[in-house]
Amino acid sequence: MSELADILERCTSAAEDPSFPAVREWLDAHPGGKVLGHFQVYFPEEIAHAAGMLPIKLMGGGTGVQIRRADAHIAAFVCSIVRSTLELALSGRIDFMSMFVTHPICDAARHSCGVWARNFAGDCQILYFPHNATSTHAAEYLTGEYRRIAGAIEAQTGRSIADEALRESIELFNESRRLLRDLYAIKRERPWLVTAVEAYTLTRAAGFMPREEHTTLLRRALALIEEREAKRQDRIRVVFEGGFCEQPPLDLLAVLQDVCYIVDDDLLIGLRWLTEDVPTSGDPLENLARSYLGTSSYSPVQRDPRKPKEHMLLRRIRESGAEAAIVASAKMCEPGLEEQVGYAQALDEAGIPHLIMEFEEKMVVFEQVRMEAETFAESLLFEFA
Amino acid sequence: MTGKGASGIAPASSELKHAGATRREGRRLIDQWWQELSAADAEARPVANVFVMGSIAEVLRAFDIPMSFPEIAALQTAIRGKSMDYLLAAEDQGYSPDICAYVKVDVGLHVTGREHPHGRLPKPSLVVSTNMCNTYIKWSEIWERMYGCPLFVLDIPGWRGTGFEYGVNGGSFRSDCAYVQGQLRELIVMCEQVTGRAFDVDRLREVMGEVNRMSEMYREILAENKNRPAPFNSLTEGVVHMGVANAYRGHPEGSRFMEAARDELRERVHAGIGPIPDERFRLLFVGPACYTNFRRFVEMFEEWGAVFVAAEYASYGGGGLDRGIHYDLARPIESLAEQILLSSQTSFSGIFHSHQWQTGVVRDWSVDGICFHGVKSCRTTSTGLPDAREWLMRNENIPGLFIQSDLVDARLWAEAQLKNRIDAFFESLQGRKASARR
Ligand code: SF4
Ligand code: SF4
Repeated sequence: MSELADILERCTSAAEDPSFPAVREWLDAHPGGKVLGHFQVYFPEEIAHAAGMLPIKLMGGGTGVQIRRADAHIAAFVCSIVRSTLELALSGRIDFMSMFVTHPICDAARHSCGVWARNFAGDCQILYFPHNATSTHAAEYLTGEYRRIAGAIEAQTGRSIADEALRESIELFNESRRLLRDLYAIKRERPWLVTAVEAYTLTRAAGFMPREEHTTLLRRALALIEEREAKRQDRIRVVFEGGFCEQPPLDLLAVLQDVCYIVDDDLLIGLRWLTEDVPTSGDPLENLARSYLGTSSYSPVQRDPRKPKEHMLLRRIRESGAEAAIVASAKMCEPGLEEQVGYAQALDEAGIPHLIMEFEEKMVVFEQVRMEAETFAESLLFEFA
Repeated sequence: MTGKGASGIAPASSELKHAGATRREGRRLIDQWWQELSAADAEARPVANVFVMGSIAEVLRAFDIPMSFPEIAALQTAIRGKSMDYLLAAEDQGYSPDICAYVKVDVGLHVTGREHPHGRLPKPSLVVSTNMCNTYIKWSEIWERMYGCPLFVLDIPGWRGTGFEYGVNGGSFRSDCAYVQGQLRELIVMCEQVTGRAFDVDRLREVMGEVNRMSEMYREILAENKNRPAPFNSLTEGVVHMGVANAYRGHPEGSRFMEAARDELRERVHAGIGPIPDERFRLLFVGPACYTNFRRFVEMFEEWGAVFVAAEYASYGGGGLDRGIHYDLARPIESLAEQILLSSQTSFSGIFHSHQWQTGVVRDWSVDGICFHGVKSCRTTSTGLPDAREWLMRNENIPGLFIQSDLVDARLWAEAQLKNRIDAFFESLQGRKASARR
C-alpha cells in the first residue's frame, strides 16, 4: 500500500469506526487520561488540550450506529445526529468520556443537554456562544464563558490551565488549521489531485485523534497529494453547502465526486471555523474569543449581521471559482432547512445553477441522488459546452 | 385548598358578579390590539415583530412601538381553520414540511398580502428576537431579507448544564447580567433610531411598574388552580391569560384584565365551580397546544373528567411572568437585565431541563399525571419530552402520557390514534387511584 493510502486508512479508521480506536489508543498511552466530547459545530479545543484532556468531536453515529435506545428519549421529529449521538452514550460506546459539551446552535442540540444530564454520568455543559456577535459586549462575555468552561475542565483533570500551556495549544491548533486551509486550497485550485472523500476523511480525522498526530499525518498527506500526477477532467465545479452539522454519509460524497469537483464546502466547518491564526500574545482565552467573533467562517446556526449567510455563500462560490452549488440540508434540521430557502433565492437572483437536496447521516440508498446529480451536471456541461 | 361552595350546589351564574369577565375582556383586548396593529400599518407607523418568550415589551412600550406577535397571529389562523392556506403558500416557496409551522403560516401571510382573519398584519419596521428559541432567529432573518428591517437579537445566556446554579448567586450571573444589560442599551439606541425619539427612562419605569403588577396577578391566577376543583383549564382559559399577558405586557389595561380574571376565578373557587362539572383527574400539561383541533383535543381529556390544572406553556408562553417579576425601579436597566435572566431560567431554560420544575408543580397543584404533548413544529419545547416523562416515572413515580400532533399543521392530527393513547392512559390512572384507595 502506498504511504498516502496508509494515512487515509488510519484516518478512516479513526473517523468512521464507532468503537473510537484512536481514542482508545490514546487512553492506553495515557492511563487516567480524560476525554471531552463536544457536539457540533465549534468548540475551542485548545482549552481542553492545554489541560491535558483529549477533545473529540461528537458528530453522530453515521451509518455505523443503529438508533435503538435513543428513540425512547428524544422525539422522532428531531434530526438523526442528535439521536445517534445520544445513542453513542446510551449504548456505552463513549463510556471513556467524562465531559460532554453542547452549544445553543439549534433547539434540538440545546435540548439535548437536559437529556444528557439525566442519562450520562459525566459532566454535561452548554457552552453559550453569543448570538449577538456584534454587540460591543460579546467578546468580554465569551471570554468569561471560556473561563467558565476552562474551570469545568480543570475540575475534571485536577490540573490548572497555565496561559503558557494554552498558548502552546493555540500554536498547535493554528498549525492544524493552516494545514486544513492548504488542503482546501488544493481542492479549489487543483481538485483533480484529491477526491472529495479523501479530503473529507483527512479533515474529519482531526476530530477523533490527538491533534499532534493528525497534524503530522496531514502534513505528510499534503506533500504526497502534491506529488500525484492525476489529470484534470471535464467536470463541473461546485460548492457543497449544508454539511455544517449532521454529516452526509461518505457514500453520498462518493456519488457526488463521480459527477463533479467539490471545490469548496462547509463540511465540518467547526474544524475550520477560525479562518486566521489566533494570536499567541496577550490573554489566550480572550484571543480565542475574539477570533471566534472576528475572524471566522459562517453557518446557519450563528447569527452575525456582518455575515449574511447568502452573501457568504455567494462569496464562497466566487472565491472557489465554482459554477454551481449543491445546497443540501440534513433531514429535520430546522436551521438548515430554513437557510436552504434563503440560499436558493440568492442563487436564483445571481443566476447561479443549484441543486437542492436533503440527506440523512444514515441513508444507504443513493440511486435517486446519483440520478439528480448526474442530470444536474449534464445540464450544466451541455449549457457551457 | 377547597372551594367554599364545594357542596355540590353551584350558585346560578347570574349570582356571580364577575362571570364571563375573562372571556369578554380577553376578546375585547385582543380585538383592540389587532385594530391598533392594522391602524399602525395603514398609517405607516413603525411596528416591531417580537416573540412571546422574551418580547422585551418593556423597552418597546417605552417608545410606544406597537408589537406584533407572529406566533399569536399564527395560532389564531389555526383556531379559525385557516392555517393550512398560509402554510401551503409557504411550502410553495420552498419551505420544508419539516420546519416550524408557525414560521410557515407567517411566511404564507406575508406572501399572500398580509390579510389575517383578525385584521391586516403589519409590515415590521424592527424585529426584536431573542435566542430563547433558535428558530426565532432564523424566522427573524426571513423578515430581514423580505423587508430589509433592522433585527436585534437579544442574546440571553441560559442554563449551562450539570451543577449550574440558578439565581443571583450563580457563578456566571454577574457576567451574564453585564452582557444582557449592555445589549439592552444597544437595543435602546436602535429604538431611538427607528422612532426618531429620545429614550425616556421615566416612561420605562412606568412600564416596568405595570409589569410588576401584572406578574403578581398572573401568579395569583395560576395559584387559584391549586384549589379543588380547579377553577379554570390552564390550556383553554390559560391561552386567554397568555394572549393578554403578551399583547398588554406593561400596559395598564393588561394589569386590569389580570385583576378581573383573578376576581372571576376567586368567585368560582368560592362557588366551587370548575370548567367541568365533576373534576376527577388533575393534570399538568407539558408542551404547546394543538390549535387545529383545540376544542376536540381538550374534550378527549374532559370526557374522562380531567382538567389541566397547570401548564408549562403558561410559563414560557407567558413570557416568564409566572416566576414573579420584581423590577427595582430605582435602577431600571440593570434590574431589567437581571429579571430577564431570572425569569428566563425557569421559562426557556426550564423547558429543556424541566423535571425539577415539573416535580414541584405535581406536588403543589396536586397533580395526578402529566400529559406531554410533543409537536413536530417545535423542537424547542418538544425534543426531550419522552426523556422527561421516562425520568419522572422512574424517579418520582409520576405517571405520564406522551402524545404528538402539531400547533397549526392539520396534517399531523390523528384523532383515533390520540384517543387510543389518551384512553389507555386514563384507564391506568384509574387503576392507580383504585389501588391507592385499597
Ligand atoms: S443537524 Fe440541524 S437540527 Fe440537528 S443538531 Fe445540527 S443544527 Fe441542530
Ligand atoms: S420552534 Fe417552537 S418556540 Fe420556536 S417559533 Fe416555532 S413554535 Fe415557537
